[in-house]
Amino acid sequence: MITNLDNKRRRFVKGLAVGGAVAGLGLTGCSTTQSLSSQSTKALKANHEAELTGKVFNLTIDEQRVNFTGKTRVATAINGTVPGPTLRWKEGETVTLNVTNNLSEVSSIHWHGMILDYRMDGVPGLSFDGIKPGETFTYRFKVNQSGTYWYHSHSGFQEQTGMHGVIVIEPKDAYPYKFDREYVVSLADWTDEDPKRVYGKLKKLSHYYNFNERTVGDLLKDIKKDGLSKTFGKRKMWNEMRMSQRDLSDVTGYTYTYLMNNSTPRKGWRGVFKAGEKVLLRFVNTSAMSFFDVRIPGLKMTVVASDGQYIQPVSVDEFRIGVAENYDVIVEPDGSQAYTIFAQSLGRSGYARGTLAPNETMTAAVPKVDPVPDLTHMDMGMDMSNMSGMDHSGMDMGGGSKKMDHSKMQMGNMAGGMDCSDPMHASMAACKNKDKPKMAGMDHSKMKMGDMSKMDHSKMKMGNMAGGMDCSDPMHASMAACKDKSKNMAGMDHSKMKMSSPMNGMDHSGMDMGGMDGMDKSSAKRVKHAATEYGPHVDMRAEAPRLGISDPGIGLRKNSRKVLTYADIKNLYPTKDKRKPSREIELHLTGNMSRYMWSINGVKYADAKPIELKFGERVRITLVNDTMMSHPMHLHGLWSELETGDDNYLPRKHTVIVQPGSKVSYLVTADARGRWAYHCHLLYHMLGMFREVKVV
Amino acid sequence: MKQTTKQLIKKAILSVTLISSVSLLSNSAFARMEDDPVETKLMLDKFELGRVDGDTTMAWESGLWIGQDLNKFWLKSSGEQVAGKIEGTETQFLYSRALDPFWDIQAGIRHDTTADAKRNYLTLGIQGLAPYYFETDASLSFSKKGQVKLNAAFEYEMMLTQKLVLSPEVELNAYAKDDKPMGVASGLADVEAGIRLRYEIKREFAPYIGVNWAKKLGSTADLAKDAGEDTSESSVVLGIRAWY
Repeated sequence: MITNLDNKRRRFVKGLAVGGAVAGLGLTGCSTTQSLSSQSTKALKANHEAELTGKVFNLTIDEQRVNFTGKTRVATAINGTVPGPTLRWKEGETVTLNVTNNLSEVSSIHWHGMILDYRMDGVPGLSFDGIKPGETFTYRFKVNQSGTYWYHSHSGFQEQTGMHGVIVIEPKDAYPYKFDREYVVSLADWTDEDPKRVYGKLKKLSHYYNFNERTVGDLLKDIKKDGLSKTFGKRKMWNEMRMSQRDLSDVTGYTYTYLMNNSTPRKGWRGVFKAGEKVLLRFVNTSAMSFFDVRIPGLKMTVVASDGQYIQPVSVDEFRIGVAENYDVIVEPDGSQAYTIFAQSLGRSGYARGTLAPNETMTAAVPKVDPVPDLTHMDMGMDMSNMSGMDHSGMDMGGGSKKMDHSKMQMGNMAGGMDCSDPMHASMAACKNKDKPKMAGMDHSKMKMGDMSKMDHSKMKMGNMAGGMDCSDPMHASMAACKDKSKNMAGMDHSKMKMSSPMNGMDHSGMDMGGMDGMDKSSAKRVKHAATEYGPHVDMRAEAPRLGISDPGIGLRKNSRKVLTYADIKNLYPTKDKRKPSREIELHLTGNMSRYMWSINGVKYADAKPIELKFGERVRITLVNDTMMSHPMHLHGLWSELETGDDNYLPRKHTVIVQPGSKVSYLVTADARGRWAYHCHLLYHMLGMFREVKVV
Repeated sequence: MKQTTKQLIKKAILSVTLISSVSLLSNSAFARMEDDPVETKLMLDKFELGRVDGDTTMAWESGLWIGQDLNKFWLKSSGEQVAGKIEGTETQFLYSRALDPFWDIQAGIRHDTTADAKRNYLTLGIQGLAPYYFETDASLSFSKKGQVKLNAAFEYEMMLTQKLVLSPEVELNAYAKDDKPMGVASGLADVEAGIRLRYEIKREFAPYIGVNWAKKLGSTADLAKDAGEDTSESSVVLGIRAWY
C-alpha cells in the first residue's frame, strides 16, 4: 500500500497535448487538502479543465461557448468549464457545495452514486424544487464513501450540453491496491444539435441516427451464404415484428463527437506515465446516450472498482461501460511504448480515444472499430426452446430414460432454423461442423433443469463435450473449466451428475454457481407481463428473458478478448446485510422504439405511482428488459447489490445495465428514507422510463 | 347543395378543432409533458416532374401532423397537374389515434377534386407499418350521396446503402357507385405503381428519380375511352423528398 505520501508529490502532469484529465502522482493520503476550508482551483493550461479540492465549493452554472467540431455552440458549463471541474473529496468529511444557477431556466446538480440525505440528491421535484435562475442552493452532506463517481444536471437536457463532472473521493483508509499515478478518464458524447431537436427527431423518425442498418447487399450476402429459405427464415421474426437487427443505439456518431477527457478522437487525450509505474485509470461514462467498449490493446486491465466500490481484482482485455457507470482499472504499461485507450461506441458508429505514453510525443496505432453486430433472437428474449425449426421435442428426455439419445434430434431441421452466429447456438457442434450427424458438443444453455433431472450424463463422451463446448459462450464461460484452462475438461465428471436426486451428486466444487444460475433461470422460464404492457406504447415483450450477467453483451461475444461481465464482479468485502430479501419487485423495461416512447411496466413516469419501500427492509429488484436496447438503470440513494453469483460478496452498484431481452436482479436495503429517483440513464429514455422510489 | 357541403366541412373542422384543443389542454393540465411534447412534422413525400404525351406533369404528395406520441392531427394533400392545369387533388384532415404499436386509426374529412368536379367524404382509415415493413395507408370514404371510396397505398423501402433507398409502391382506388363527373365507375377503378430511387443527402432531404405507371380499369377505363383519354400512362419522374 502506498499511504501518507508527501502531498508535495501531488502535481499535475504538465504539457498535456490536449489538456485532459487531472493527474496526480502517488495520490493517496493527501492530508493537507483536507484542511483546506475552501476550494483551491488548479487549472490545466490547455482547456482549463480543473480539479477542485477541499470542503467548500462554490460552483456556478453558466452558458458557455464551446467548439468541438469546428462550429461554435452554446454549452452548459460549471465554473466556466465543459465538462465541469473534477471534485476531489475525502471520505469522512462534510462537503458544502454552493451552486449558483446563472441560466435562464431551472437547473440542478445530482451527485451520482452518493449515499446521502435525499434532500441533497439534487433531483427537482423529488429532492427539492430545483435551483431557479439567479438562485444559489447549498448542498451539504457527509461523504461516507470513497471511489470514483460523477455529478450532473438532473434538469431537462442540460447533461447533454456538457453539464457534468467527475467526483473522486479519497478513502479514509489505505487503498487496497497499489498505484503510482492516476488519471480520470471521462467519456462523453457531444452533439452540435439542440438536444430538444435530437429528441424531436427521434420522435419523428426513430432510426434517424442509425446509419448501420442492414442493406440489400447484406441480404444478398446472407442468401449466398445460407441460401434463400434459411435467410428468410432467419429474418422472419424481425420482419414480422418490424424490428431492426441493427437497432443498437438511438443516437450515434452521426451527430455525436465522442470525447475522452474532453478531447475529440482526432486530437485524442494523452496521459503520460513513467516506466514501471502502475497507473490507475478512473473511467466514468458521463455520456447522455452512449455505451462504450473500452480496451487498451497490448495491456491487460485489472478492474479494481466498479461504481466507486472496491471489487475483487479481475484482469480483462475489455469492458463495456454503460452510461453513468464507473470502473477503476490498473494498468502496468511497458515504459518503452505508447498505448491507445480505445473506447468504441456500442453501436460501432465511432469512438473516443486517448494515448498512454511514456512521453509527450509517442503514439500508438488506433484500432479499427469492430464490425457492426446484429441483434439475435436471444436479444429479443425469445424462448429459445420453442423456436420453430429448433424443436427440442425431438429430444428424448423421457421419464427415467438413462440415455439421452442425441441422435434422435433432427439436426437437419435444427441447423435450418438455427442461427449459428447466435451465442446460444454457436457452441453446438452442428454449427461448427455441419457434416457431423450428431451433436458432439452439447449446449447446456438449452437444457431445462427440470428436464435434466431425468438425464444421465454418464454415457456422454466428455471428450466430445469439451471439444464442442465453447468457453467464450456466456452460458459456459463461468464454468470452472473455462476459467482455468489448465484444468482438464475431463475432470468435470458429469457421470456424477445424478440429476434425479436434486443435483446432489453433481460435483459443483469446480463450477461457478453464477453460471449455473444463469442456466437454470434463463432456460425457457417464461415471465408474466402486466396488462399495462399491452398497447400502442409497447412494441415487444421478452417471453423468456435469460439472466444477462454472464453475457458480455451484443458485439462483444466471442471477440477473442477477455471481456468483463457482471458475473466477474465480486465485492472485495463481504456483503453487509446478509438478510434474504423479504420480497421481490419485478419491473419490466418497456418501450416502443418507432414511436420513441419509454416506460416501466408499460407505464410512463407521468402516469406512475411511486414504488414504496419500507424503511429498513431488504428487497430484491428484478429488472426484465422487454426492449432491444440496453438500459443503464440508476437507483438513487440506495445501493443496488447486484446478484452476480456469490451472495456473500455482492458488488454494490449505482447503475446496472440490463441487456436486451434479458433480466438482472439486485438486492436493495432501504436504509435511507425519502423520495428517490430510479430511472434509465439514457437521457432520451429517462423522461418516461422513470419511477419515484419512496422509502417510508 | 353547396351550402350543406360547406356546413358539413365547417362542422367537421369545428368538432375536430374542439376535440384537439380539449385533448391538448387536458394533456398539459394533467400530465407532465416532458416525455411527450407536442411535435410538428411537415412532409413532402413527393414533389416531382414528369412527362406524359409531351406534356409536363407535376405531382405532389404531402402531409403535416401535429400532436403527441399517440394522438395526432393530420393534414394530407396530394395532387397532379398536367400542362399547367390541375387534374385532380385529394385533401384530408384527420384525427389520428394509435391503435397498436405500429398502426394508427384515422378519421376525418376528405375532399377530392378533378378538373370538372369535387366531392366531400367522411373518411375512416388506418395507417402504419405492416409486417415485413410495408408502409400502409388505407381508408374508406363515404359521401352524402352514398358513394363509398376505397383507397389503399403500400410502399416498401429497400436500403441499397445507408443513404440510397429504392422504394416500390402501389396505390389503388375502388368505388361502390358510378360517379361520372368524377370520371369513376363502380368497382376497382385505377391502380398506380411506381418505383423511386432516392439519395438521402440528409435524412430530411433526398432527390429522387423514378418511374410511375398508372392504369384505369374496368368501367372506369371505359369512361376514359369514351372521353377520348388514355387508360394508361407511364412516365419517368424527377423529384425531391423532404421533411422537417
